[in-house]
Amino acid sequence: MTEWWTDYTLRNVTLGAVMLGAFSGILGTFPVLRRQGLTGDAMAHATLPGVCLAFLLTQTKSYPVLMVGAVVAALVSLALVQWIQSVPRVDPGSALGWGLSTAFGLGVVLLGVVQSTPNAGQAGLEKFLMGQASAITSEQVVVIGSVGGLSVLIVTMVVPRLALATFDPTFAQTQGLRLSYWSGLLNALMIGAIAVGIGTVGVILMSAMLIAPSAAARQWTHRLGPLLVLAGLFGAVGGLFGALSSLWVPRAPTGPAIVLSLSVLAVVSILFGRDRGLLWSRRRGA
Amino acid sequence: MISPALSVSDLTVSYGENLALWDVDLQIEAGCLAALVGPNGAGKSTLLKAALELIPRVTGTAVFFGQPLARARQGIAYVPQRSAVDWEFPVTVLDVALMGSYGRLGWLKRPRRTDRDQAVSCLQRVGIADLAHRHISELSGGQQQRVFLARALLQGADLYLMDEPFTGVDAATESTLIETMRSLRSEGKTVIVVHHDLQTVPEYFDEVVLLNREVVAQGPTGSVFTAENLQTTYGGKLALLTP
Repeated sequence: MTEWWTDYTLRNVTLGAVMLGAFSGILGTFPVLRRQGLTGDAMAHATLPGVCLAFLLTQTKSYPVLMVGAVVAALVSLALVQWIQSVPRVDPGSALGWGLSTAFGLGVVLLGVVQSTPNAGQAGLEKFLMGQASAITSEQVVVIGSVGGLSVLIVTMVVPRLALATFDPTFAQTQGLRLSYWSGLLNALMIGAIAVGIGTVGVILMSAMLIAPSAAARQWTHRLGPLLVLAGLFGAVGGLFGALSSLWVPRAPTGPAIVLSLSVLAVVSILFGRDRGLLWSRRRGA
Repeated sequence: MISPALSVSDLTVSYGENLALWDVDLQIEAGCLAALVGPNGAGKSTLLKAALELIPRVTGTAVFFGQPLARARQGIAYVPQRSAVDWEFPVTVLDVALMGSYGRLGWLKRPRRTDRDQAVSCLQRVGIADLAHRHISELSGGQQQRVFLARALLQGADLYLMDEPFTGVDAATESTLIETMRSLRSEGKTVIVVHHDLQTVPEYFDEVVLLNREVVAQGPTGSVFTAENLQTTYGGKLALLTP
């Protein structure tokens, strides 16, 4: 067991994946409660072209530089999606699905362009597709810890206001809350989580990191505080199992491994959850 | 002289090209129970929302106790229609009642023990303290309406604006609601209610505003709530209900 903590790779991978899982679970809770999980999915897919463009422009693979590209691309996609959704007679869900696949298509094309350049430094960008926890560096761990930690701290401080704005937006406005500020804050935090997460789980599956933990946690509690804590816990457990499997099977893609463990948690919760689980509901109904 | 609790002048509101309210002027004196009455689509809820700046106005002003909304906000409690909230949201009855304390809490502050105790006593006042730890969606329509009244009570406001509180509630809740409103009035508070049931208007309310996009009549119930005025407000559709 001591080897776990002294081995550089083991420690980075475990620490990074666990923190990422916990933070994503907490940060995804409000978007899920606001039924905006798909927005997160669209933004995550849209970061791929951003990462590729950042690399093409700077020719460096420095993680912070690529993250800036990811954040800009996520913001652009968010603006585009909101604009399309404001067009009458376009179903919001379909608009998101369309924007998501378009952005991803662009990303894959750009990835092809990047890989055909002679610069040998491009090797490894494809890890943003499926993620690769076994390659987490200590630099990434610091980024995940600081960005994620700060975001979670912000959410914790404003939980009552966010709850009010989500539960009863009309009343919230009469209390002087500006709804656009709060949804903007939530989007910003979600983009932050996506930017730090895509290197580990990949752009395709990042949204599951945001959605699955709180979806699972909601089956166990009808109170917001416990829901946030539980979502963080489930996220951490998913991250841990994903990281471990990526270490046991060196070529196993981390993103899918984390997402699969989260989904197992979600399915178990839906079946057995104390608050809304199917079995309990059935027993209560009988 | 005391300023009216609510004074609206020249208020015009439109949804797209549809005029919802046209040149509305009205005054509600402080310390009374007032009803906004009119047919569906008459703009009753719209009037409350426009006064509270929840929807944009074309023209007009709303003044509360002689002050603009920004300065009067603390003294106003708004009870939205029940359909306006997210019933799936993870909150208990007590959590919802506690939201009434957020307006006076500082930016990053959380409700304290004393706020919780006050919230519980507000729930007691409307007779549902025993449901405090239930999820909000487990309650009946009438019980849910009581939770929102408790939240408004916790605000400790001087003016209560309620959007159709009596719609779809049981008889016990209706009498709890009206008793609570009467006790608020006896404390000198003002209550303005969007109301549908014409039968109960004379019994419940001191003042009435008859509205159908424009103000048809306003004033003390005894002099305003007449068959003739109702006929004008509702058009020809009211033969059976006139008092």
